[in-house]
Amino acid sequence: MSQPSRISMLETMMLIRAHEERLAANAGSSPGTCTAVGQEAAAVGVVTALQPRDRILTNHRSAGHLLARGADPGRLMAEVMGRADGYCKGKSGSLHVSAKELGVVLTSTIVGGELSLAPGVALAQKMGTTVPNEGTEPGGITAVFFGDGAACEGIFHESINLAVTWQLPVLYVCENNQWQAFVRRDETMPHEQVRPWAASHGLPAVAVDGNDVEAVHAAALAAAEHVRTTGTPYFLELITYRTRGHYEPDDQAYVDKDELARWKARDPIALQRDRLLAAGELAEGELAHLQQRVADTVEAAFTFAQNSPWPDVRELLTDVYA
Amino acid sequence: MQTITVNDAVGQALAEEMRRDARVLTFGEGVATNRRELLAEFGAQRVRNTPLAEGIIAGAAAGAAAMGLRPVIDLLYAPFMTLSMDAIMNSAGKLRYLSGGQFEFPMVVLARTGAGWTVGAQHNHNLEAMFVHAPGLKVVMPHSTADYKGLLKSAIRDPNPVLFFMDMTVGYTPGPVPEGEHVVPLGQAAVLRAGADVTLVSYSKSVTTCLAAAEQLAQRGVEAEVIDLRTLKPLDEATILRSVRKTGRLVVVHEAAAPCGVGAEVAAIVGERAFAALKAPIRRITGPDAPAPSSWMLEQAALPQADGIVRAVLALVGAEAVPA
Repeated sequence: MSQPSRISMLETMMLIRAHEERLAANAGSSPGTCTAVGQEAAAVGVVTALQPRDRILTNHRSAGHLLARGADPGRLMAEVMGRADGYCKGKSGSLHVSAKELGVVLTSTIVGGELSLAPGVALAQKMGTTVPNEGTEPGGITAVFFGDGAACEGIFHESINLAVTWQLPVLYVCENNQWQAFVRRDETMPHEQVRPWAASHGLPAVAVDGNDVEAVHAAALAAAEHVRTTGTPYFLELITYRTRGHYEPDDQAYVDKDELARWKARDPIALQRDRLLAAGELAEGELAHLQQRVADTVEAAFTFAQNSPWPDVRELLTDVYA
Repeated sequence: MQTITVNDAVGQALAEEMRRDARVLTFGEGVATNRRELLAEFGAQRVRNTPLAEGIIAGAAAGAAAMGLRPVIDLLYAPFMTLSMDAIMNSAGKLRYLSGGQFEFPMVVLARTGAGWTVGAQHNHNLEAMFVHAPGLKVVMPHSTADYKGLLKSAIRDPNPVLFFMDMTVGYTPGPVPEGEHVVPLGQAAVLRAGADVTLVSYSKSVTTCLAAAEQLAQRGVEAEVIDLRTLKPLDEATILRSVRKTGRLVVVHEAAAPCGVGAEVAAIVGERAFAALKAPIRRITGPDAPAPSSWMLEQAALPQADGIVRAVLALVGAEAVPA
C-alpha cells in the first residue's frame, strides 16, 4: 500500500468527521450510534500505516477505522440505518460492523471483546505459513483498536499476556480518549496513560499525541514494522479526546466546558489543515474543493443509505447457524 | 469393537481429526502437558498449554475460528466457563449473525461437570441449559463411550461453535467403541431401550440411571422407553414426540436443576405438540435448585436416583398397571 500524502490524510479525516456528523444530525433514524469525533487522527494515522494483508479488529467507535480502510460511505451508512445494502446486511447496525473484504475481521461493542479475539486472529496469521486460513499471506499483522475503558477490563491483561508469551503479531492501539462511556478516565485509573500497564507485560509501549495525524502515522509505521519483522506484539497509545457524547443523542451536560474547549482548540483536522496551509502545501481554494468533495460524498452516501431497502424479514433467521 | 475409556475415546477423536484436517488445533490449561501423544504427533504449534485464563482461551479460539482455523479448547470444568462467557456467547455465538454471515466460528469447547467426585459447586455445575438458551451455539452432552468419540468428531467438523460437556466421573470408565472411523451426527437422539408405557428422556450420566430404572420397572411389568438426547441443541424433537405419542407418558431426568432447564424445554415441546397423546402429567426428576454440595451424602441426595424414577413412573401409570 503506497504511503498516503499529507493532504490525503487530511481529506480522509474530513470525510470521517462529515460522515459521523451527518449521522449524528440524523440520530432519530440511528439512535445509539457512538462517534469518534475528535479522534480522526488516530484512525487515519494508524490505518493508513497498515497493509492489505493486515487484519483489523475494532470497537463501537469504528467508523473512522472503516472509512480510513476504504469502506464505502454509502454501505456504511446503510448498515447504521439497518438497510439491506449495509456491510452486514443491516444486521450489525453501527455497533458491530465487520467487512471481510476490507480485512476488518470483527467489531466488538462489548468493551474489550476485540482484545479477546485479537490473539486468535494473529495466531491464525502466524500459523498461516503452514496451515491455510484467511491469514495465509506471510507477514500479516493484527491491529486491534480499543480505548482506555477497555484497558480497565481484565481481558486487556489476558490478551497482552497471551500475545507476549505466544509471540503473536498484534499491534495494540489504545485510543485514550479520556472518557469511559459517561465516566472520566481519571476516576477509573491511577495513571494519565495506559502505557505503564502495557509496559509491565514486557512489550514495547509508546504513547504519542493522538491528535497529530503525522505523529500518529510515523509512530504507527514504526510500530507495524516492529510487529511485522519480529512477529511479536507492540503497544501504541494515542492520547486524544472524544468531543461528542458517549452516544447519539447526548447533551454532554456532564462534560467540563473548559476542558472540552481546550481539546477542541487542538482539533486534529484543524491542526493538519493549518499545518498544510502554513507550509504552502494547500491553498485556500484547494481546501474549499476538498470540503465540497467530502460534503458531496457524504450527501450521496446518505441518500444511498436512505434509499436502500429494508432487509427481507426472512433475514431474521438466516446466518444464525452455518 | 475396541474397549477403551472415555478419556481415550476423546483422545482418539482429537488425534483422528487433527490428522484429517491441518486446521484443527487444541489448546487450554494443561492440554500440552496431559496430551503428550498429541503434542508428539502434531507439534507445539497445534497442541498448546495456555495461561490459566479462561476468557482469553475462549477469545483466542473465537478469533482463530473467524480466520478459518478449527480450535478445540479445554476449559477443564464447566463452572470455569463463566469466565469465558463473553467470548463464547457474545462473540462466537453472535458474530456470525451480526456480520451477516461473513464470518464463521468452527470451534469446540470441552468442559467437565457432573456429581460423584464430591468436588463441590465450583467444579460441578451442570449449566448446559445456559448455552442452549444462547443463539448460535450447539450443545452436546454424550452418555456412551462410543458417542464421546463419534460426537466429538462431528463437533470438530461442524462449522458452528459447539459446547461439548463431559461427565467428570466417567473419564476412566471403559466402554465399547467401534474400530476405525466412527462418526455420530449431531442432533440425533438415540432410543436405547424400547417400551410402550412411559418415555424416559435423559442425557449424560443420567441415562445410566434411567436404564437401571427401566430394568426395575420391567420386573414390575412396566415397559419404559429410554431416550438419550446426546445433543441438546439442536434438539431431536421428532424422536421425543414419536415416543411420547406412543407411550402417552413422559419423565425427563437430568442432574441440572429444573428451572428453565432442558427438562422444561422438552416438557414444553411435548405440551405444545403432543398434548392429546398424554395420559398423565409430565414429570421432571432433576437436581435441586442449590449449589452442588461436596459431602458425598449430600451429593448423592442431589443426584437423580433410579428408585426415584421408578416411584415417579409407577405413580404415572397407576397402581392397577402394577402387579405387586
